[in-house]
Amino acid sequence: MKYLLLIYTDENVDARMSEAEQEANMAEYYAFSNMVRERKVYESGEALHPTSSATTVRVRDGKTLTTDGPFAETKEQLGGFYMVDCKDLDEAIEIASRIPGARHGSIEVRPVWIFE
Amino acid sequence: MSEKTHTVIETTFRQEYGRVLAALISQLHDFELAEDVLQDALIIALERWSEEGIPRNPGAWLTTTAKRRAIDRLRRHSNLARKQALLVEIETSEEPEYDNMKPIPDDRLKLMFTCCHPSLSLEAQVALTLRTLGGLSTVEIARAFLVSEPTMAQRLARARNKIRDAGIPYSIPPSHLLPERLGALLAVLYLIFNEGYCATSGDSLIRTELCREAIRLCRILVDLLPGDSPSAEARGLLALMLLHDSHRAARVNAAGEMVLLEDQDRSLWDRVQIHEGIATLEAVLSLRKAGIYQIQAAISALHAEALTAEETDWPQIAQLYHLLAKMSPSPVIAVNRAVAIAMVDGPCAGLQRLLALEEALGNYYPYHAARADLLRRSNQREAAADAYQQALALCQNTLERAYLQRRLDEMNG
Repeated sequence: MKYLLLIYTDENVDARMSEAEQEANMAEYYAFSNMVRERKVYESGEALHPTSSATTVRVRDGKTLTTDGPFAETKEQLGGFYMVDCKDLDEAIEIASRIPGARHGSIEVRPVWIFE
Repeated sequence: MSEKTHTVIETTFRQEYGRVLAALISQLHDFELAEDVLQDALIIALERWSEEGIPRNPGAWLTTTAKRRAIDRLRRHSNLARKQALLVEIETSEEPEYDNMKPIPDDRLKLMFTCCHPSLSLEAQVALTLRTLGGLSTVEIARAFLVSEPTMAQRLARARNKIRDAGIPYSIPPSHLLPERLGALLAVLYLIFNEGYCATSGDSLIRTELCREAIRLCRILVDLLPGDSPSAEARGLLALMLLHDSHRAARVNAAGEMVLLEDQDRSLWDRVQIHEGIATLEAVLSLRKAGIYQIQAAISALHAEALTAEETDWPQIAQLYHLLAKMSPSPVIAVNRAVAIAMVDGPCAGLQRLLALEEALGNYYPYHAARADLLRRSNQREAAADAYQQALALCQNTLERAYLQRRLDEMNG
């Protein structure tokens, strides 16, 4: 079953990381990506630029409206994702718990809806 | 069909229902489909068995018949690839001969873990456990938890959908997850029991059917858990519930009023259940894997062994609460410990301990009730009245309120 693992962390906290902390963080994500590839559950994954670079698009009454920033102000913000193919929710939960961001942020585990 | 035949068939249905449903859910991975086809099978059984007699292996007969109905249904609506795959799986899986004496495998343990998966909300876990494994209908569960039937039906539907959509597994958790998951399962069963034992609001103090269901499910759990060590706390919980439940007949008097433990007519206590509870406890204590349920059961056993309230071994109870508080520090346990200490060293000793808990427990009515009781015993009537007032302001159970009011009147009168 495919799951999208959405990585939410507090960008303010992330921004205050020293260079050494940032490097360590990158290394952990690198190790994680290797692990999921080795376990053959990895489908895709990307880091995202912070919400300061986001644009929100809505179309109402035929008009396209764009606003600066994420769709809503939240305490934690989406910083990246992994798409994994796991046996069941327990495996997805276990994988999600190993994402470095899980230690101070939240990982939302969403099953992918397959239409037949 | 004769009345007698009908009764025998009904009894057989009730005995087999849980195991057959669990087997079907395990194979079909669909709660609703499983229930629907089992219903179909029961209707067919009623007809067939009244003519041909009850088969030697009714459980296997029902399972096979229900599976055939499932195949029919899936064939008719099988435009989904997922259902096609399931269809193939069911059709090719080994069909038990229904006059084969081998009992159907017991999938209820797997189902308990599925229903109590941590990704489901606690209220969903409770509702689903009672609906699928317990013998309660949606209406009965709604009534027990004081919500409307549509609300409960929706809660159940959402839980089933989540299990399907999120891929919650239908299996016993792997050993590294088992202790944690078992803990969660036991917590659900205890929650169900407590809701039945001391209903948090509403008109009756006890909802018997919830207590009975919790005990029944815990027994099944204990029977099905492999090995000794993971089941220690499960057995401890069973002992605890049996012992608490043994007081049931004495907790409410003829006038419909709540009776405290110390005032209960102990001749009304269920001695058979007490005997079973103590035997279960002694067997598990010998495993030397102490846990919070076992300790609570031990406390309850000490009460049960005292033929009169005066003979209660309070010093040992106080010691057990001390142990319990170390294992599971909580203000609630601290209150109970203070009460036990009061029984050993006098009300003032107990009151002193309670004083320290004011901040944590200001909104917990049993705290004020305990305080009030100790103040009453040390003849501080005004302070006691005040404390009973505070308890009343927070308590929502009709019978408990009536008790508190009676005490308050005593203090003021």
